[in-house]
Amino acid sequence: MSQPFRTEKGGRIDRTAELTFTFDGEEMHGYAGDTLASALLANGVHLVGRSFKYHRPRGILTAGSEEPNALVGVYRNGDQTPNIRATQVELYQGLQVISQNRFPSLGFDIGAVNDLLSPLFPAGFYYKTFMWPKAFWDRVYEPIIRSAAGLGKPPKNPDHDTYGNLYAHCDVLIAGSGPSGLAAALAAAETGASVILCDEQAEFGGSLLSENSATIDGKDPAVWVSETVARLEAMDNVTLLRRTTAFGYFAYNFVALAERVTEHLPDPDPRLPRERLWQVRAKEVVIAAGAIERPMVFPENDRPGILLADAGRTYLNRYGVKVGHRVLVATACDTAWQAAFDLADHGVDVVAIADLRESPPESLVAIAAARGIRVETGCVVTGTLGRNRIRAALLGRLMTSGKVASGGQVDCDALLMSGGWTPTVSLFSQSRGKVVWDSEAGAFVPGTSVQKERSTGAANGLYGLQATLADGYAAGEGAARAATGKSATISHSRATGGEAGNGGILGALPHDRNAARVKAFVDFQNDVTAKDVKLAVREGMQSIEHIKRYTTTGMATDQGRLSNMNALQIASGALEKPLTDVGLTTFRQPFTPTTFGLFAGVSRGDFFDPVRKTPSHDWVVDHGGLFEDVGQWKRAWYFPKDGEDMHAAVERECRIVRKSVGLFDASTLGKIEVVGPDAAEFLERMYTNPWKKLAPGRCRYGLLLNDAGYITDDGVIGRLADDRFHVTTTTGGAPSVFATMEDYLQTEWPDLDVWITSTTDQYAVAAIQGPKAREVIAPFIEGIDLSAEALPHMSVREATFCGIPCRLFRISFTGELGFEINVPRRHGKMMWDTLAGEIEKHDGTAYGTEAMHVLRAEKGYIIVGQDTDGTVTPQDAGMSWAIGKKKFDFVGKRGLERPDLKAENRKQLVGLLTRDPKVKLEEGAQVTRLEQPPIGTPAEGHVTSSYFSPALERTIALAVVKNGHALVGQTLYVPMPEGSIPVEVTGTVFYDKEGARLNV
Amino acid sequence: MLLIYCPYCEIERAETEFHCGGEAHIARPSDPEKATDDDWVEFLYMRSNTKGIAAERWRHIHGCGRFFNAVRDTVSDKFLTFYKAGDPRPDLEALAREAGK
Ligand SMILES: [Zn+2]
Repeated sequence: MSQPFRTEKGGRIDRTAELTFTFDGEEMHGYAGDTLASALLANGVHLVGRSFKYHRPRGILTAGSEEPNALVGVYRNGDQTPNIRATQVELYQGLQVISQNRFPSLGFDIGAVNDLLSPLFPAGFYYKTFMWPKAFWDRVYEPIIRSAAGLGKPPKNPDHDTYGNLYAHCDVLIAGSGPSGLAAALAAAETGASVILCDEQAEFGGSLLSENSATIDGKDPAVWVSETVARLEAMDNVTLLRRTTAFGYFAYNFVALAERVTEHLPDPDPRLPRERLWQVRAKEVVIAAGAIERPMVFPENDRPGILLADAGRTYLNRYGVKVGHRVLVATACDTAWQAAFDLADHGVDVVAIADLRESPPESLVAIAAARGIRVETGCVVTGTLGRNRIRAALLGRLMTSGKVASGGQVDCDALLMSGGWTPTVSLFSQSRGKVVWDSEAGAFVPGTSVQKERSTGAANGLYGLQATLADGYAAGEGAARAATGKSATISHSRATGGEAGNGGILGALPHDRNAARVKAFVDFQNDVTAKDVKLAVREGMQSIEHIKRYTTTGMATDQGRLSNMNALQIASGALEKPLTDVGLTTFRQPFTPTTFGLFAGVSRGDFFDPVRKTPSHDWVVDHGGLFEDVGQWKRAWYFPKDGEDMHAAVERECRIVRKSVGLFDASTLGKIEVVGPDAAEFLERMYTNPWKKLAPGRCRYGLLLNDAGYITDDGVIGRLADDRFHVTTTTGGAPSVFATMEDYLQTEWPDLDVWITSTTDQYAVAAIQGPKAREVIAPFIEGIDLSAEALPHMSVREATFCGIPCRLFRISFTGELGFEINVPRRHGKMMWDTLAGEIEKHDGTAYGTEAMHVLRAEKGYIIVGQDTDGTVTPQDAGMSWAIGKKKFDFVGKRGLERPDLKAENRKQLVGLLTRDPKVKLEEGAQVTRLEQPPIGTPAEGHVTSSYFSPALERTIALAVVKNGHALVGQTLYVPMPEGSIPVEVTGTVFYDKEGARLNV
Repeated sequence: MLLIYCPYCEIERAETEFHCGGEAHIARPSDPEKATDDDWVEFLYMRSNTKGIAAERWRHIHGCGRFFNAVRDTVSDKFLTFYKAGDPRPDLEALAREAGK
């Protein structure tokens, strides 16, 4: 059970609970309370991955969610999830992890040749290298980029996890549970305000969990944390969310949280979701996100074994892990000295503290001297040695000239670095606040609040334990008062020790190496070096936003939390502009990578989109019918019999409808009830046709335009009474027609006394079409005379169907004698089954949408959205007859008078007949005047509908063609790859031009 | 996600209950025949697309179904006021001054 880098005692791990895990198949051990990162380090493993572009060996750099290097694949339930940060994976028994971006193995990686070829991969290489020749894209560049792009491998199977979602409201939401977050939570909760406290880590406490050189109220900080959390847990008005990242701050204090529910458990309850999305609307938000340490930018600063100093201290104090046995500490600020002291106290050989500053504080130097630690001041690291792990570092001495003199080499197996601290302003920036430069803190800090939020503690550029505690109490009290008006007096805990340090450095450090040959990394995950940033400026990038995109610095998953400040300083130097004039890029949601599953929630599979079924659905399934998706509807498409293909089935259905009778489910058509004294006047204004003189009991085809004059919908409208109309719309247009009617009614003509109600789902509709239609329905209809004299074409009656009240329309979308029966939806199945049984007695058939399309095309009935495209006027469609010429106004009337809509050369709807009756045109094919038009010739129009017509025993088509109405009888061409197809322009009605079959 | 106040329901609700209907106070000419082609094009297509304080139409589509108007700062996404359809356009400049713009 060798964990050679484990301390003898200490840390928050449970040494009685040893756990086994595998990394790239090798079995290792750790303890409950470890993260994968701390357990790997305890086993002496630093090398955990290969970098993105150069495939350089990389190790664990941080102890938090900003980790850029240690991205691993985690196996669960037989599948692998890539790109999980090892610093956030909690160790459990049997955890299986693989490293990424290496071939064939982590230690020996062929892709590392990229590192030697690095002159080929300068900043902006995506834009340069893959430009030319064009033909290389498909065969060479894209395969290379695809195989090289990204880290890790995508999972092979659909996501086997489930995801939860809930909405929450609270008075005060606190993001972060370090000293200021916990103090804020206490202060707010004691006022009685409802509080949500969330933290991305498994335990509350933040930096307090690794702080052992300070006390709070005389206690160990970790003890204060557990007492405080227990106090909060006991309060009904507090919700505590561990493992929960506030990843998005949106408008009106809407904050999205991602709670990781089961990923840390070896064997979770299968009913639990993997993650849960909290959509929180908070009256006030307290951002207590803390600060993170900055890497130092020196040559070869990316070698495994090099960590941030505070991460080294966290691994030691919180997890009982020594990052090395011989550790060099390189710093530009005070705080890293404590890491050196803590390591020395655990028996680690701190080979030196190399401080860039000429004179660090005397007090620290004295403590180092007492522990016998070598101190180098005015000293920088100028390089590191070692293959897959650091084995030595080169030191350099800063000269007054600004140059660097060699300061020798020190052997070490780990290097802790600190360039100072950067407040985590991501959430503040997402809330649309602008950061301001605080020269005292040497950092960008939150400026004026734009939303109801306040940043506290280190996130606000404030350091030192007592100061952050006090600031947290004040923030919690202030937020609660602002949210509820209430306040409370509570005693404030006091901290001793943990003082704020000084110092810090931005940008690339000077060195004595050959600048052309060394790499000093700024953005570790995207492999961006200091040189790349300078090159971007030389190549003309002026704005930090352009530099960011050109180099990809700050575009990795940490969004530049580690790299931005160093990149900014380097750009500022290259641009010869003050840093504050260069400006910081904006942080965007999400704060850390967030799974797609979390956003999708339950909206997947059957729940992705609601399915609307018609009353005939089960019957269609039982009778072998196929379905077509029309929006959310499942509509019967065709009913193949005895091995028929689609063509044969549709042809048979069409023939039977014209010969005897067909049954069609028309329930999906939109239906709107228009009622009131001004109902006729309202329809008069909405539709092109006249309505006032339509007698009750009669129907009329209605054409709906928009105010530009273009056709947007159509349908038959029946008048049931003076003040009541039954309007039908297209299946797809139902919601928009209803919304348009409401819009005009409410905002343009509020004086009209009309009510409109969507009744699409209230009625089931069966269409019975064909010469025997009357005989089919007669046995079931009572209360009205069905004879042609009493019920002519385009009539509507209220009657009963099998005793159920119904609305009976005599209308046709096939050109045959036809009826549409509307019954209340709950009787739809009864009606369908009754009629389906009856048509069999008349050698009839059920038919689907495909036959319906053919039958209507034979009659030249348009389908809005297929034969029209939003630029077709009634005149273009040959439907001027639908316009009420004497009307004062209707929607679209004035639009039709615009010069462009009356101009020559408009595309008009015509019929096309191919010279060869067997050739069927492609819908969407272009129509030309010349048989062989020269390349570049604009088309005269295109084919909108094309079918084989059983009634005509030949193919037919509809098309929109320039000046088409004047071209009837002429020959045009439809050029296709196999050759040009000659077509004759005709009228749009192909069958029963006189309409004799309708009036029987 | 925005919070929107419906002046008919007299209640604040999440944006998902509403549908934005574009710029407010664009009246359809009451006698279209008298409108010139330019008038009609102005009515159909021309929008001010304001960066800053703008009046726009909203509909409480998953609530009472009513259209109403709102004044929103299109830069900050903050609403300054809500009012019923048919009520006069508020003084946008005064609202902007109140909001400290
Ligand atoms: Zn409402």
